[in-house]
Amino acid sequence: MSGIAALMARDLRLIWRRPGDVTVVLAFFVVATVLFPLGIGPETNLLARVAAGILWCAALFASLLSLDRLFAADYEDGTLDLLLLAPWPLELAALAKCAAHWIVTGLPLAILAPILGVAFGLPQENLLALAVTLLIGTPTLSLTGGLAAALTLGARRSGALLALLALPLCVPTLIFGAGAVETLTTGEEFATYLAILAALALVAVATMPWAMAAALRQAGE
Amino acid sequence: MTPPLLDIADLACRRGGRKVFDRLSFAVGAGELLVLVGRNGSGKTTLLRALALLVRPEAGTIRWQGRDIQIDPETWRAGIAWLGHLDGLKGDLSVRENLLAAERLRGLRPPEDRIDGALVAFDLTALAARPVRALSAGQRRRTALARVLLSQAPVWLLDEPLNALDSAAQDAFRIALSHHLVAGGLVIAATHADLGLPTARRLELGAAP
Repeated sequence: MSGIAALMARDLRLIWRRPGDVTVVLAFFVVATVLFPLGIGPETNLLARVAAGILWCAALFASLLSLDRLFAADYEDGTLDLLLLAPWPLELAALAKCAAHWIVTGLPLAILAPILGVAFGLPQENLLALAVTLLIGTPTLSLTGGLAAALTLGARRSGALLALLALPLCVPTLIFGAGAVETLTTGEEFATYLAILAALALVAVATMPWAMAAALRQAGE
Repeated sequence: MTPPLLDIADLACRRGGRKVFDRLSFAVGAGELLVLVGRNGSGKTTLLRALALLVRPEAGTIRWQGRDIQIDPETWRAGIAWLGHLDGLKGDLSVRENLLAAERLRGLRPPEDRIDGALVAFDLTALAARPVRALSAGQRRRTALARVLLSQAPVWLLDEPLNALDSAAQDAFRIALSHHLVAGGLVIAATHADLGLPTARRLELGAAP
């Protein structure tokens, strides 16, 4: 277990040393969402209806934006070899790296989204629902995107390829995440959507680390 | 006579559809240094990566203390220190933090005085707090070698360890190497340069076509 904690601590420390990387991602999220009211126009009813979908899409793009460096940095400086050689399972290393990624992107996105939601005229209970769905949904985005990052390791134009691979895989999370917030207006059961979102996250935790480890071993060859 | 610690039998590896080596058999015992020589592309790095289980060999077995390393790869991994052609250092961490982080990744917590010892061995004490990205190539290599020394692993797998090192650093490396061998360690190194140890055994890998 100490190896996993060490890896997370190392990654968080590296991110802390370069706060610009995270700031750019969060700034992208803010700018991208703020563009929508400007493009659509100041119709409060319309904005409030589409807000959840827009914020969820922007959160998805923002988390993918930062994922291409998840394994690439380790691959380029040779520390990936040290991870492959560590005397504990690589699956846990992949999980630890995604967890560190979630702490610095998914978590701040979930906190930022309700604040931006105010600008869209979302009612208070929707804001809370939005934060909850993002809290449960963003780990899936980090893990799925992590797999795409591992698969595109060493490829040219890996950033675009990563998005192309990860976006379709993130569709269920997007549907149920944005859908859960919508239920508050349509009167459907919020808990059902949330349960499906949580189930998707659990499936990702249970499967993605193995797939990532296999992709990383392949990249190490 | 005791059996060799590391026993390689009929090892074959393929890279990009081409067989780099085939039916390679050798054994390395405690306190032995095996130098891999051969032209560019003769498979020195591939052999080292196969020994570290980073590359899956096509055929053959690698035995450590009589056991196939595929059966219990984690015990084998815990016993090797790796120096690839990349240094394996994080530019944003200091020299000392890099050494500490590498050991922690192996699940160990080295005491401060051992880190100091590894820093002294490669004359890095004055650079300990400096971020690695501000170091020269030779200083980075010295840091990577200090990481190998710190690991206290019995098996060192080194790919071109003398790369970018000045003569003082090369001497420091030779001293660390001899100490490791005297202590019963085992070293396999791929190099074009002369490591300067008369006891070294050489393994010539086939020339590239």
